[in-house]
Amino acid sequence: MTPGVATNGHATRTQTSELLRFATAGSVDDGKSTLIGRLLFDSKQILVDQLDHVVQTSERRGDGYVNFALLTDGLRAEREQGITIDVAYRYFQTPRRKFIIADTPGHEQYTRNMVTGASTADLSVVLIDARKGVSEQTRRHVYIASLLRIPHLAVCINKMDLVGYDEAVFDRLVYEVTDWAARLEILDITFIPISALHGDNVVDRSSAMPWYDGPPLLYHLEHVCIAPDRNLADVRFPVQWVIRPMTAEHHDYRGYSGQVAGGILRPGDEVVVLPGGQRTRIAAIDTYDGEIDAAFPTMSVTLRLEDDLDVSRGDMICLADDPAVVAREFEANVCWMGERPLMPGSRYAIKHTTRSARAVVEAIEHRIDVNTLEHEHTDQLALNQIGRVRLRVSSPMLVDPYSRNRTTGSFILIDEATNDTVGAGMVVGATSVAGPTPSA
Amino acid sequence: MSYELPHLEALEAESIHIFREVAAELERPVLLFSGGKDSIVLLRLAEKAFRPAGFPFPIMHVDTGHNFPEVIEFRDRRIAELGERLIVSHVQDSIDTGRAVEETGPRASRNRLQTVTLLDAIEEHGFDAAFGGARRDEERARAKERVFSFRDDFGQWDPKRQRPELWSLYNGAVNRGEHVRVFPISNWTELDVWRYIAIENLEVPSIYFAHRRPVFERDGMLYAHSPHVELIDDERPFELSVRYRTVGDMTCTGAVRSEASTLETVVAEIAATRITERGETRADDRVTEAAMEDRKREGYF
Repeated sequence: MTPGVATNGHATRTQTSELLRFATAGSVDDGKSTLIGRLLFDSKQILVDQLDHVVQTSERRGDGYVNFALLTDGLRAEREQGITIDVAYRYFQTPRRKFIIADTPGHEQYTRNMVTGASTADLSVVLIDARKGVSEQTRRHVYIASLLRIPHLAVCINKMDLVGYDEAVFDRLVYEVTDWAARLEILDITFIPISALHGDNVVDRSSAMPWYDGPPLLYHLEHVCIAPDRNLADVRFPVQWVIRPMTAEHHDYRGYSGQVAGGILRPGDEVVVLPGGQRTRIAAIDTYDGEIDAAFPTMSVTLRLEDDLDVSRGDMICLADDPAVVAREFEANVCWMGERPLMPGSRYAIKHTTRSARAVVEAIEHRIDVNTLEHEHTDQLALNQIGRVRLRVSSPMLVDPYSRNRTTGSFILIDEATNDTVGAGMVVGATSVAGPTPSA
Repeated sequence: MSYELPHLEALEAESIHIFREVAAELERPVLLFSGGKDSIVLLRLAEKAFRPAGFPFPIMHVDTGHNFPEVIEFRDRRIAELGERLIVSHVQDSIDTGRAVEETGPRASRNRLQTVTLLDAIEEHGFDAAFGGARRDEERARAKERVFSFRDDFGQWDPKRQRPELWSLYNGAVNRGEHVRVFPISNWTELDVWRYIAIENLEVPSIYFAHRRPVFERDGMLYAHSPHVELIDDERPFELSVRYRTVGDMTCTGAVRSEASTLETVVAEIAATRITERGETRADDRVTEAAMEDRKREGYF
């Protein structure tokens, strides 16, 4: 197979290339932009006018080299200051997969941007400078990948050319990272020795490191197995929108639309509607293209139910024997993104799946020192800090632990004075439940 | 059976989710339709999100008066087929009432004036959300833009004050006078759009396919010879087989040499191209290095 050549323009439904979302974090000096530039360039995804633009701008600025960072740093301020400020999304495709890169800055003051990029990623690429070894920044990246439960971690030991492609350097860094990561929950970790500048083990296998018998990065991205990462066990269907045409033709039609957040739904399944607890069966699963016999994550579908129930946006349809927790109060890890700190007693709007309510901070259990992983007592979480928080909500949330489901376990907090998104939360567990169905 | 969605179906599901979130959370959305391929895909996605009911929002076209006639004809036919409501806002009206000033000279374009007409229409109708067909792969500034992109009460985008956008949890909270631009196909590429058009067998305006047309060359691009553009110096129109990769104003949209006359050959051409769509066909991005960022800050699409 030739990686990276976008050919085959023949379009059919049966063409099954998967989507892999990955996040990269880093700053200019650790070679992140060079790596992305290299991935796009060697897989022939940079088009002629984009390359011309980068070459010309690099020359005009006197960079002295082709500055691939100019490809990804899109905002005027970023180009002026030579730093990545915000998350940029990049796209490329090989015959096997389509890739969405969330390219995020690496410095501590941009932790919120890193968390944003990580929230949807299937895989995280962490870069380590082979000369410098594991830095504070490396530890932060690995920690965030673990906190956001990115299922796969690809640690690229970069700048191997500057350490003479030495296997011992690679082995030592693998040991250091593995040793530190053992304290975190990381599901799958892969190490790849690369030189982004020279292209070693990025798209093509390096001849300079015969001692490395693993695949180059692109091959790993194309083949890492992501299918089992989604929760197919617990049926979760947050009702997003009710379709009621009220036309002569569809007078009695009532469909509940949403995106499947977990499990596999089939017509005939006995379901429970939370938080009310009414039971019924799925009559049919509709799509614009007709009825289907199974719906699974992340399909957007419309359910019809056998009984006429009062179901509306914010409700959740689960299998009757395996419902989500109806929580009035719960603990969560929160990454704080607001300029004004989070404090006990603070009130926010909360959005969880399709459900909105108000939340009050009952307590801050601890703050996490991202470098030492130690828990610190604190009475506030400032911008870019991460901590364990207990929240009470004005109407019950239908939650799962984030470790079980990244969709039904996540929420955002919104400052009602500014309308800004100020917090990203991951549910640990309910501390007070309501309704008919406490479990988990 | 595999429970993994192929990438185009995953993108489709994400876009449908975005449509429904906006319909549920905002009071007065509108779908901005240009007649181009991206907004044609938006219409199909809206059908997928809301049928068998009607769309819970109207469709709006900002008509510069310099559009390709084929596109206007297509627009009216397509919206009628859908049975949905169309609002047309005319840049000419903004000029007539003195809200916008026509540019003059051979390089005059109404591209920038559209922003005035668009923002006035949003204010007049009280829209608090406007769907657009922009994609992040199109342009550097767009690569940094959120799916829900907040605009203040002057319609301005501030790239430094964007709301973090996590998981699939979108924050559509706005105060009166403010609005969000929403881009349901942010994560699609040009090739995804064409593949989807082919799979769904969607009709697109005829100018997307190869046709013979009088064109002239300027700054290395091929423009349609039309009453809306003055020729300069020794520019001479000549006939050529061309097609359009993007549909904008006749004054700033370039054609590409092409013999591709079917969806399948167009998809093959896009898959093999070595130049980006905006680089090949849009004069409006060539003004400065941050031309798009600057126009977006003013409230452009």
